[in-house]
Amino acid sequence: MVDASFVGRALDPVTYRVGREKVREFALAIGEGALVCTDVDAARAAGHPDLVAPPTFTVTFTLPLITEFLKDPAFGWDYSRMVHADQSITLHRPVHGGDELVTIVHVEDLKARAGSLMLTLRCEVTDTDGAAVATTRALLVTQGEL
Amino acid sequence: MTALEKGAELPPLSLRVTRADLVRYAGASGDFNPIHWSDRIASSVGLPGVLAHGMLTMALAGRLVTRWTGDPAAVRSYSVRFTRPVVVPDDDEGALVEFSGKVSDVVAAADGTRVARVAITALFDGRTVLGRATAEVVVAD
Repeated sequence: MVDASFVGRALDPVTYRVGREKVREFALAIGEGALVCTDVDAARAAGHPDLVAPPTFTVTFTLPLITEFLKDPAFGWDYSRMVHADQSITLHRPVHGGDELVTIVHVEDLKARAGSLMLTLRCEVTDTDGAAVATTRALLVTQGEL
Repeated sequence: MTALEKGAELPPLSLRVTRADLVRYAGASGDFNPIHWSDRIASSVGLPGVLAHGMLTMALAGRLVTRWTGDPAAVRSYSVRFTRPVVVPDDDEGALVEFSGKVSDVVAAADGTRVARVAITALFDGRTVLGRATAEVVVAD
């Protein structure tokens, strides 16, 4: 049984350092051909401090936090039957190699419909000064009732 | 980049996704859910086969846009619905996914830049796998 009292809560902030080689690895894994994602000189020539992370790179540091929450027995989510229904990413600025980012997961919404539970988790990503970097939202669906 | 009026079409992109691509993406993204690499687990939870990560399909569709603008840093927002899975067979050909896109709007942002809204279509086996896939990218004047 899922614990609906989590809705409205924010989880503890987690800091993540974006590794240059992680950006390169991710860009190669998705076949992103833009040089600013893999070549530091090209990125700097284009005015960036370091490699530019592809737009969906945020998954690499938000997904582990989401997974940890969903597997927490206290929340009671059926992770094994979960489907990722919807994803949005807003980039207030590009993510760069070397960035030190702070992510807070917000348990934004939980709805039940026809034997399914629909959970919206929002991740607010900032730099260490608190300036907004990215906002992501995932809609996750699993079996269950409220 | 092609002309920037509403209705302009992006050059289409066809990609093959193989099991090797899924393994590589699992490592790069940290998503090790076994439905993306184990036939045994995938079938035990009732899936038609090993599935591509939804976020991989999203990332590949994003390449349609970044290739068009030439600048991944120009993407302001990007959202999709995962409406159907991409089933990836254990062979050399993999799954063929076809991406196309169209400029649905060009608007002026608050900071004076122009932002193009791109509607993306992703087809696997001739059926759409992403719903309401939309990217907003800053475009040069």
